[in-house]
Amino acid sequence: MTASSGPGAAPPAASRPAAFDPGAEASRATADILHDTLHGTHRGVVVDSPPGAGKSTLVVRAALELADAGRPLMVVAQTNAQVDDLVLRLAEKSPELPVGRLHSSDADPYDKALDDLPNVRKSAKAADLTGLSVVISTAAKWAHVKVDEPWRHAIVDEAYQMRSDSLLAVAGLFERALFVGDPGQLDPFAIVGSEQWAGLSYDPSASAITTLLAHNPELPQHRLPVSWRLPASAAPLVSDAFYPYTPFRSGTGHDDRRLSFAVASDGSGPDRVIDEAAESGWGLLELPARHTPRTDPEAVRAVATVVRRLLDRGGAATSERSADPAPLTADRIAVGTAHRDQASSVRAALAELGVTDVTVDTANRLQGREYDVTVVLHPLSGRPDATAFHLETGRLCVLASRHRHACIVVCRAGVTDLLDDYPSTEPVQLGTLVKFPDGWEANHAVLARLGEHRVGWAP
Amino acid sequence: MPLPRTRGKALRQRLAELRGPDVPAKALDARALAALAANPGCRRRAILDGAGVDKTALAGALGSPSAFGQSQFALTRGNAFEAKVKADGGAELLRLVHEKLDRRAEPPADAAVPDLSAIGPEGRTARTALALREATEAPGTWTLLDHPMLALDVAGSPAFLEPDAVVVHPDGSWTVVEIKSFPMLDGSADPAKVGAAARQAAVYVLALEEVAARLTQSGAPAPEVRHRVLLVCPKDFSNLPTASAVDVRKQRAVTGRQLARLTRIEDIADTLPEGTCFSPDLPAAELTAAVESVPATYAPECLSACELAFHCRARSREAGAVTTLGRSIRAELGGLTTTEDVLSAAHGESGDPEDPAVAALRRAAQLRAEALGLEVTPCP
Amino acid sequence: MSLISTLARLEAVSTGRAQPAATVRHRHLSARPLVFVPLTTAGEAGAPLGALVGTERDAPRLLVVPQPRDRDLRFAFLAELADVVLPYIDSYAEDVEAAERGETDPETGKRVKVEVELCADAPQLIVPSRTGVDFVRLLGRSMRFRRTAEQDPETPYPAPPRVPLLGRWLTHYGERARVPGSSLLLAMTDVLSRHWATGQSSLEDQHLGALLAWIAPPEGMTGAEAALHAELARDPRGQLLCPPAGPATDPAFDNKLLAPAFERYDRARTALAAAEDGLEADDRLGALTAAEREVRELVASRTRPTWEKVWAGIDLLRALPAGAHVEERWTRDRWSFTAHRDRITAGEPPQPRRDDAVTAANKLASREREQARLEAQEALDDPLVMAARRLSGEAFAGEVTDVVMAYSESKRPSPRPLVTVRTDDRPHLAERAKVYRSLDGKPQSAEFVGYEEEGAVVVLRILDKMGRGKEPEAGSVPEKGDRLCFTLFEHEQRGGPKLPDPEATPWTHGGPPGEAAAVPESADPVTAEDVL
Repeated sequence: MTASSGPGAAPPAASRPAAFDPGAEASRATADILHDTLHGTHRGVVVDSPPGAGKSTLVVRAALELADAGRPLMVVAQTNAQVDDLVLRLAEKSPELPVGRLHSSDADPYDKALDDLPNVRKSAKAADLTGLSVVISTAAKWAHVKVDEPWRHAIVDEAYQMRSDSLLAVAGLFERALFVGDPGQLDPFAIVGSEQWAGLSYDPSASAITTLLAHNPELPQHRLPVSWRLPASAAPLVSDAFYPYTPFRSGTGHDDRRLSFAVASDGSGPDRVIDEAAESGWGLLELPARHTPRTDPEAVRAVATVVRRLLDRGGAATSERSADPAPLTADRIAVGTAHRDQASSVRAALAELGVTDVTVDTANRLQGREYDVTVVLHPLSGRPDATAFHLETGRLCVLASRHRHACIVVCRAGVTDLLDDYPSTEPVQLGTLVKFPDGWEANHAVLARLGEHRVGWAP
Repeated sequence: MPLPRTRGKALRQRLAELRGPDVPAKALDARALAALAANPGCRRRAILDGAGVDKTALAGALGSPSAFGQSQFALTRGNAFEAKVKADGGAELLRLVHEKLDRRAEPPADAAVPDLSAIGPEGRTARTALALREATEAPGTWTLLDHPMLALDVAGSPAFLEPDAVVVHPDGSWTVVEIKSFPMLDGSADPAKVGAAARQAAVYVLALEEVAARLTQSGAPAPEVRHRVLLVCPKDFSNLPTASAVDVRKQRAVTGRQLARLTRIEDIADTLPEGTCFSPDLPAAELTAAVESVPATYAPECLSACELAFHCRARSREAGAVTTLGRSIRAELGGLTTTEDVLSAAHGESGDPEDPAVAALRRAAQLRAEALGLEVTPCP
Repeated sequence: MSLISTLARLEAVSTGRAQPAATVRHRHLSARPLVFVPLTTAGEAGAPLGALVGTERDAPRLLVVPQPRDRDLRFAFLAELADVVLPYIDSYAEDVEAAERGETDPETGKRVKVEVELCADAPQLIVPSRTGVDFVRLLGRSMRFRRTAEQDPETPYPAPPRVPLLGRWLTHYGERARVPGSSLLLAMTDVLSRHWATGQSSLEDQHLGALLAWIAPPEGMTGAEAALHAELARDPRGQLLCPPAGPATDPAFDNKLLAPAFERYDRARTALAAAEDGLEADDRLGALTAAEREVRELVASRTRPTWEKVWAGIDLLRALPAGAHVEERWTRDRWSFTAHRDRITAGEPPQPRRDDAVTAANKLASREREQARLEAQEALDDPLVMAARRLSGEAFAGEVTDVVMAYSESKRPSPRPLVTVRTDDRPHLAERAKVYRSLDGKPQSAEFVGYEEEGAVVVLRILDKMGRGKEPEAGSVPEKGDRLCFTLFEHEQRGGPKLPDPEATPWTHGGPPGEAAAVPESADPVTAEDVL
């Protein structure tokens, strides 16, 4: 472990196999996907996209090509934020394209930024949007739409986070579809028991993709092989721990990204963990072992202090995106937690330190987002017991894969023992697919790696 | 008289002393090994199981007998069902293996059913290993091993395990077969029971993998032990067998981890006072002291998984441990672990009001009192 | 578990008595419930051993299978059960009231009101525990596909006439029990532990005897002592003093008492069959009757204590006042009962073995709605439940300290008064979050404007329920000094989208069921020796 914040000791570029050209690999995958989507004979195409692999770019590109080919297209996303984001991206790429934004009849149903786009029509009624090249809405809104003639094509975004019953409600609206999503993130869930349907191919509480593939196993399945977000320091760990059977690579090399700070370390734990993370991409700030409630004040304060120091030390992020280093500003930092009360405690602690513009949210809400540096309150920190919720693979995967440069985890010591003592007596439903990786194994893999970048709280 | 303790004394001897003079080790079966995962944090259970202590006898001697028993009706039916499944040279069983796991292979006909009888568990283990080798070296044939015997190293001592059946496929791979008498009703079965069967089967998979590894000494690749086992159960309300493939990779990983951790029983044994002994012949008071010398982590789930549970529950209640009410109850209590501490903190008699757990408790107590129309205890 | 219920459990530990977990009763209790205490044979699926059943506390009907391996005896048991349960169900089917239901007109596709019958009350089944509910489901499944001789003269082992019908009703009740807040079929342990917090774990609460021991311990005993006694105390013959509430029996009972009694019964029956003349047969019939009586007494001895406990539980629950929304949820149960009655009258086939994709999705969606409804209604009906929601930041209560009149910025300005509420609660309010309060039983919504005084004061803008005029209707706007409770969760549930008909199942979910689905489900194959 080094404490200097100087230029990163990047491994020689030769450590990257010359045979792997990420740009070419990604283009090939995209070309195959678009070919199957536009010219394939199957009714569906499935694309697995690991974190930051260009899913949104793919969706926008597929939408434009389908529109160019004159095929009326409906796009299904899961949240209003995702819908608005897609509309903005489409308009940015192709300002002339007539786009419909189908929205709910609640107050403030869409992002006001859409009002500035001349070719985007917004309505709560699908009939008002007929004839437009692309119509975009949430699955929940689409479920209420009735059509005489189905759309020729659909794109279903975040399909792994969509529930099977939600797909059932909209699948009658289109003839064929491109399904895109990240299998490693949080699974959809039901608030009541659904055991009685476990093992059925169409279990309504399963993910849309599970049902789709159970009934249509012959559909072409692609995956985007390159993460453009995750740095070379993070991609192998995230790939091994969360995508053991569908590995991916980082689009950048160890020397392509650098994080540096103008102000030198003051020798405190937060500063040392910042330097460690700047150097290696990972940092673990370990607090003394103690059982605490979820809103552990010391851990919360530690998270806030790390954020404060990240801002105070004049960080600069160098990446392939631009020749000049970009300043590490508040909007490029996020804090991730497991629970909402933890998020609000962190927000309060940050406000006390005068930090207001840093995103603080739970794993659920950070899905699909990207930052330069993330600070994570470990889901198991200080807990007297581990639960299935806290061991859920997707939760840790989301928290560990939002960053472009570095991820700093704040955690109390003792999590390894907690994992060792975790009782594993899960019930087994006949006929269900075993989900991999196992949360226990993934947690261990991440902890083992973080252990190599451990910094104690006390100087 | 206990022998003077010498450092580095063989663990096996140390464990024998813990059992007591002339008390034979209780053999660990697959069910017991699978149960290690039920409460891996419990040091008491780890040392008692590791030392081969008969926990049923121990619980009885402690005055809190275990409540596990089996109805003879269930036993009779289980045996009759297994006999039916294996009747006729295992034809039905092999048909199910073929149908559920290996449809591409030739359907089984004239499967070999080698005689596995031998003297003693070691003899039967050797006989089983030989039969597995022969079956694996005879490609293109199906072989059914009825009640083979497998040995698994558990903390330095061999545990002998007897799966219901192991099938060797024509391609030389091996499948564990579990026969259970709970029904598969319309294709689904009690998930808790299937989970237990999967954990048990995973122990057999681990043991078979050791056998397979030993077969490679000739340089040939090790035979594959399939990670999908076959669970055979009665169909619906009938006595006709039906089956389902169960993926036991997770259970195998979990059990493998727990077996590896059993080596720590040496460390636990080292913390015990000189002369500690768990022999059921000892007076109850002495025995209680011995059991208390190693900490337990009691939780209500123990009641269905451990013979000592009623004893541990009584001690846990006496100590006022909040986890007597469930593991999850501690989640919001922070460092508070006893009923007394929690209640006194909630009533404002103790605890640091800055501690969020204490603050939340006081708020909860106040809201509860208000809702029940009780007098609100003022918090200082 | 909420900290409030954690505290209640710990108070129970320290006082030695269960503590209230609710201030009102959250489930409907019929004036005349049918209590059903079944026992099953270990190791067999759906082989009942006997049951106590009835609506009269002092006169339960004892039904016994003296040899559960005998199919005829099992059928006789099920026929007797049908004779008790079906008349009870029928007694509710006739008394109807007129009601309206929204339906889609098949011609115009418009929503129209249709006048239909709604049963004025519904039959209620109460079993001792959750495993009892599972057993009701299992019995239903084992019976509904059986064929009677009337349905199919060729069937090898015809079931008694009304058995398949009983199977369909038990299936309906078992399935309805999965709907949150429903009360057609109740498990006594579940209902009691909803209303009382004991000093033991929820796992141990599933033992009816132990649970009641905590709620109403006998004179001179603490709950813990009484519960321990209920769980473990045995007589000199090694039998539990408080037999398990079933349907599973204690292995010691099976091995020491039941097995020998079965054996004597079997011997007596063999002897009777071998009798060579009438006189001998008379004698041996007497012996068989005695052997049967012995099994009956054994079954009675294991079910009677549980029967008493279920009624004791009913007494305890009846002492609680019903929650304000209980009646509304019971009306949903009445709809469910009426709809099943109509399906049977219409001659529809029994419920399939497994739901199709559309039915499964519809059930899941409606149960999620019912869950949300139940959570909201329980909180509105019960300050103790609301206290937990307040603690978790999902609701807040406080005093109105200021009301400032304001109006919307539209052409026809509507009232949008700003209300300031001082609260000790710490609600998790996001920007412009919606909150709701109950105004004459209807939710009035407001919008979060901001915090003042570091969160001790919440400013809200009232949005609706103030009438159509420029001035709000009297009583529709909170006044200074009012004590109010706002929730972050909605009080009423919106209906979900209409899913396709099963015949229009999309390709993603396997496509239309086609002709395979048109064929009625076949009966379970029966073998000559279908039980071992």
